[in-house]
Amino acid sequence: METTFVLPNSGHKRDDVSSKMGMWLFLFTEVLLFGGLFLVYMIYRFMYHADFMTASHELNVLIGTINTIVLLTSSMTVAMSITAMQKGDVRLSRRLILLTIVAALIFLVNKYFEWSAKFEHGLFPGMEHYNTLPNGERLFFFLYFFMTGLHALHVIVGGAFLLFVVRAINKNKVRQDRYMLLENAGLYWHLVDLIWIYLFPLFYLIH
Amino acid sequence: MSTIAANSELSFFQVAKGFRSWVTTLDHKRIALLYFYAICSFFLVGVILGFLMRLELIAPGKTIMEPHMYNQVFTLHGVIMIFLFIIPVIPAIFGNFFLPIMLGTDDVAFPKVNLLSWYLYMFGGLLALLTLVVGKGPADTGWTFYAPYSVRTGTNVTIAVLAAFILGFSSILTGLNFIVTIHRLRYPGMTFFKMPLFIWALYATSWIQLLATPIVGITLLMIVAERAFGIGLFDPAIGGDPILYQHLFWIYSHPAVYIMVLPAMGIISEIIPTFSQRTIFGYRAIAYSSLAIAFVGYFVWGHHMFTSGMSGAARVVFSILTFLVAIPSAIKVFNWVATMYKGSIDLQPPMLYVLAFIFQFLIGGLTGLINGALAADVHIHATYFVVGHFHYVMFGGTAFAFFGGIHYWFPKIWGKMYNVRWANIAFVLMFIGFNVLYFPMLILGIMGMPRRYYDYLPQFQPLNVVATVGSWILILGLIIMIVNLINAYRKGSPAGRNPWGGVTLEWQTKSPPPLQNFDKAPELSEHGPYDFK
Repeated sequence: METTFVLPNSGHKRDDVSSKMGMWLFLFTEVLLFGGLFLVYMIYRFMYHADFMTASHELNVLIGTINTIVLLTSSMTVAMSITAMQKGDVRLSRRLILLTIVAALIFLVNKYFEWSAKFEHGLFPGMEHYNTLPNGERLFFFLYFFMTGLHALHVIVGGAFLLFVVRAINKNKVRQDRYMLLENAGLYWHLVDLIWIYLFPLFYLIH
Repeated sequence: MSTIAANSELSFFQVAKGFRSWVTTLDHKRIALLYFYAICSFFLVGVILGFLMRLELIAPGKTIMEPHMYNQVFTLHGVIMIFLFIIPVIPAIFGNFFLPIMLGTDDVAFPKVNLLSWYLYMFGGLLALLTLVVGKGPADTGWTFYAPYSVRTGTNVTIAVLAAFILGFSSILTGLNFIVTIHRLRYPGMTFFKMPLFIWALYATSWIQLLATPIVGITLLMIVAERAFGIGLFDPAIGGDPILYQHLFWIYSHPAVYIMVLPAMGIISEIIPTFSQRTIFGYRAIAYSSLAIAFVGYFVWGHHMFTSGMSGAARVVFSILTFLVAIPSAIKVFNWVATMYKGSIDLQPPMLYVLAFIFQFLIGGLTGLINGALAADVHIHATYFVVGHFHYVMFGGTAFAFFGGIHYWFPKIWGKMYNVRWANIAFVLMFIGFNVLYFPMLILGIMGMPRRYYDYLPQFQPLNVVATVGSWILILGLIIMIVNLINAYRKGSPAGRNPWGGVTLEWQTKSPPPLQNFDKAPELSEHGPYDFK
């Protein structure tokens, strides 16, 4: 075996810039995924202005506001956990991530109660009361369930991602000099937050 | 690293054996070949469906199938050929195989994600085929899934649409991987403007894959939701807007057209310098024109809806933008021709495919301008002319470039040379067959024959017979090509490192390449990637 040539630039080597770039590009596709829905929302809001107004009064602004505060706080805790990791305080970092996951759970529980109330009122697509509503209100509720549902799915994925990071911290795979996984999970979590920042006013606040 | 370095004696085929070593591989070359076998299999299914369709149209009325089945056949033909063949074919096969080698590295930036996208591709592909056997059979909507029919039909639209959604994810991940690889893993000294033009084409393509695909993903999910819950998103009977669906669909699917053709143009830009033994003319112009096509390509989707309800102003704007795409495309064609000028042209099989590409792509591109002109489009919209046009671009362009790429890189990938004489015979048959098949469609369209119709008026029959005979010649050529390549794979003579005298980095390594791609340090020329001394 005479050759010993080794390439200087390998795809199998660790490269923090690559993984961060990959995450940003992925987040870009997520924004566009929701972008399509925002476009549809905009057009139907324009077409069925009055129906959207009526339907949006059905939503619970209080729960929405609480959830917004919860998510914004969780974005803060995840950002703090990254800084803690950079400074080498692994214990604090892990606690802050767990706190973020708790916030995600609170968000989902609130969402559960909120959705249950809608189900009781028969507002889910296909239900008896839903079918008697005018077209615009039906579209509103459909978009409400579809967009907040897709968002809730992202909350679950983001929470699972953070849990995965906690496991990696326990195995010492994420540490002070190697925290890209945590940072990417944080970026993803901020996206989840960002999308909610748009969903909240669109569905709850604009009357 | 010592084990890897020691393995450079062995080719990437030899380092590990067995089924498991393939389906769990992280080697970009093996993943490329996994794609190769899968995509070619789906392609052959698509070819058979196309063949059956042409056979049905040899005479008016019923020939071999019922109208409903005909609708399903052209839909499945479209779905397979678009989502499973022409979108992934060049990036997933040659992109995966040669992007890292041409950049002078050993793999893409995210090898695991690369394997994941292959699994997603296979899952999506098998889901698309599943529509054949369950429920009321494959979708009968056309590959565009236009609402409201796609919402109302009882066929397997939901499964087909989910398949397209998953394939979209596979495509996004491949694009993401390539962008990061190009930014991060170039060999020291290889600047952006020293990259081969195939890489530039892949770079532009990857951005489209990344930025356009999510929109169609969510749109297709909306179709699923509308079918499941009866929401009036796109069905006007319950308050929806079918034109909105068309907009959302084409916001992705028109840029997707450039996902299909840009990598093909990249292959052409590789083959022409090698077989002219001359530096590419207008390197930067070709590189920038790829980006320009990708950019302008985002803003032309409206030309699919000129006749379906759009304001006059919007139509004029979309028409002008459509014409703009012709400029970078023409820049490429002129530069390719200028590269050949005074070169020592060697008409080997890959070069023949390139010449066919230029001829057919010109017809495809120019007929595209006719479609893009507002007044002409009213006459030819949804006629056979459109079918002829996009087959000239997609088959005559991209698929021919793919075949050219196979003949160009076959000796590198498998280390063996094929029989040139039989390759030439196959080429001539395919070239003749292709033009005999699709040129009559252009004429039939202008005569007024609509696309996607099961039956036609008697005066259209002579040209339909010609087209069907063309499909037989084309398939004969295809079979000869495949047999010739399989023979070469089994008992071809060793090709050596550089059978064509190419100068991009893949020709500096062994054929087939070792696992880490290079057995000695790649040498970059100061004068760019096409330095023929």
